[in-house]
Amino acid sequence: MNTYPLVVTDTATMLRRNLRRARRYPSLTFFIAAIPVIFLLLFVFVLGGTLGAGLGGVAGGRAEYTAYVLPGILLVTVAGAAQGTAISIAMDMSEGIIARFRTMAVARSSVLTGHVIGSVIQTMLAIVIVMVVSVLIGFRSTTGPIEWLAAAGLLALTAIAISWLSVALGMVSKSVETASNLPMFLVILPFLSSGFVPTDSMPDGLSWFAENQPFTPLIETVRGLLLGTPIGNSGIVGVGWCVAISVVGFLSARRLYERDPGS
Amino acid sequence: MTAVRSRSAIHATGLRKSYGEQVVLDGIDLDIAEGTVFALLGPNGAGKTTTVHILSTLIGADGGDVQVAGHDIAKEPDAVRAVIGLTGQVSAVDRLFTGEENLRLMADLRHLDKAEGHRRVAELLEQFDLVDAATKPVGVYSGGMKRRLDLAMTLIGDPRIIFLDEPTAGLDPRSRRVMWDIIHDLVGRGVTIFLTTQYLEEADRLAHRIAVLDRGKLVAEGTPNELKRLVSGGHIQLSFSDAVELERAARVFTDGSSDEEALTLQIPSDGGTRSLRALLDRLDAESIDVGGLVVQTPDLDDVFLSLTGDHDKQEATAR
Repeated sequence: MNTYPLVVTDTATMLRRNLRRARRYPSLTFFIAAIPVIFLLLFVFVLGGTLGAGLGGVAGGRAEYTAYVLPGILLVTVAGAAQGTAISIAMDMSEGIIARFRTMAVARSSVLTGHVIGSVIQTMLAIVIVMVVSVLIGFRSTTGPIEWLAAAGLLALTAIAISWLSVALGMVSKSVETASNLPMFLVILPFLSSGFVPTDSMPDGLSWFAENQPFTPLIETVRGLLLGTPIGNSGIVGVGWCVAISVVGFLSARRLYERDPGS
Repeated sequence: MTAVRSRSAIHATGLRKSYGEQVVLDGIDLDIAEGTVFALLGPNGAGKTTTVHILSTLIGADGGDVQVAGHDIAKEPDAVRAVIGLTGQVSAVDRLFTGEENLRLMADLRHLDKAEGHRRVAELLEQFDLVDAATKPVGVYSGGMKRRLDLAMTLIGDPRIIFLDEPTAGLDPRSRRVMWDIIHDLVGRGVTIFLTTQYLEEADRLAHRIAVLDRGKLVAEGTPNELKRLVSGGHIQLSFSDAVELERAARVFTDGSSDEEALTLQIPSDGGTRSLRALLDRLDAESIDVGGLVVQTPDLDDVFLSLTGDHDKQEATAR
């Protein structure tokens, strides 16, 4: 049997289903974009004046902080979408329709892959909204289209990694409530990075953690691609983290999906 | 008995399943002919749903050999899945979708081409009386409508074997009758039906063969009539106003069993008018004063209770 086109058709069917569900349940999609926008405005207008002065740049103040904080906010956007993905997976698994899918001659991977692609599309839409708001409040990139494309690619790669991880988190959750709480650490992590203040302003232990956790190289790379700051090996390390998280997320999600639902 | 053996839709030998220490299925043998209705009867927790889940490839078995539509469920699950349909106890519909969208989704997953999918969806909406509700979200459907949609979704790919896990549980009498009509109609078209139920009337009415499952073992199997013959449920019950009359009657009807507390005497009988008249004549001849008389013919409830014992009662009190 030629299974290749079936995988593609089934995944497309599942993707259409998830996008339609997202439209029917718009509050979840809304918060994926709204929360990072609120964070952006909060950090720029409430904290930005003081934090910007502490950066010690030439421009100083709020304008400089807007540029500094945006990459961090973009990663918060990606991380925040995890909650929505985990919730929709847990909602799905609690309904009988997944049992129906399992007893149909449908490509096994399509249910999960449909969720991941749907969630990546939602995340990228949220990224666009955050970018538009950032331009409205005065953010200006100093690089060109190629770098922007690279930044979008890296954010998409991160979204894929976070989505597979949150699919696994959603599957491991026994209830929708758990699925909503489990990915919280993903939302906290970007704050313990170089996204909001330089890591050398943190206490020793925290600074070590911030420099070695996955979000810092990703934020540094996005920052370099949007503002021309040095990237160094951050790009490679960031991509490495994404691939590793994707593989772990994918394998555990698949294992969880294959296990007997009764056990 | 016909000389031609009909082909098996489902054939299982030594089917076993445990969850940890708990043995759920302890060696089940099944042989279900194509185009027949098979009812699996049993109390709560007997293993009915587990059996359905294994046969429909939802979960794996621990042991045994199972063929569904001629395919081994462990080795060729996708070949099995292509010809079966499952309507489980938990509603398997997408609550955020309309009825029509749910059916469209199934048509896409069954890989019907666009025109064929449209035709089949319209046909099923009509057949299941869901045309008016087609564009409404399933969240507002009644229980009966949801069940009908659920079954319609199962039927989209024209499965040859359909598993129905307690298809009428929680339905009102009218919806139950509609469900029975649908099942009759399916069998008329040569579909094999495997259903589980707790309603003996349902099994009696729908099934060609019935198996009774109790604590993971099949305790009886046969046609509804064969099962009824298994129990000596038919009897005439006489009730008396005092122990003296009961004592006198018990001496006359030596095959009866008396209950001194309830002041009743149960006499085995086929419940026919002839044996009833004979009994009344004897009572008259002995001038025994009878307070009341009840004729009881065996039904599947007797079969069920006598086969599964009072462990159902124990379970009920344990909960």
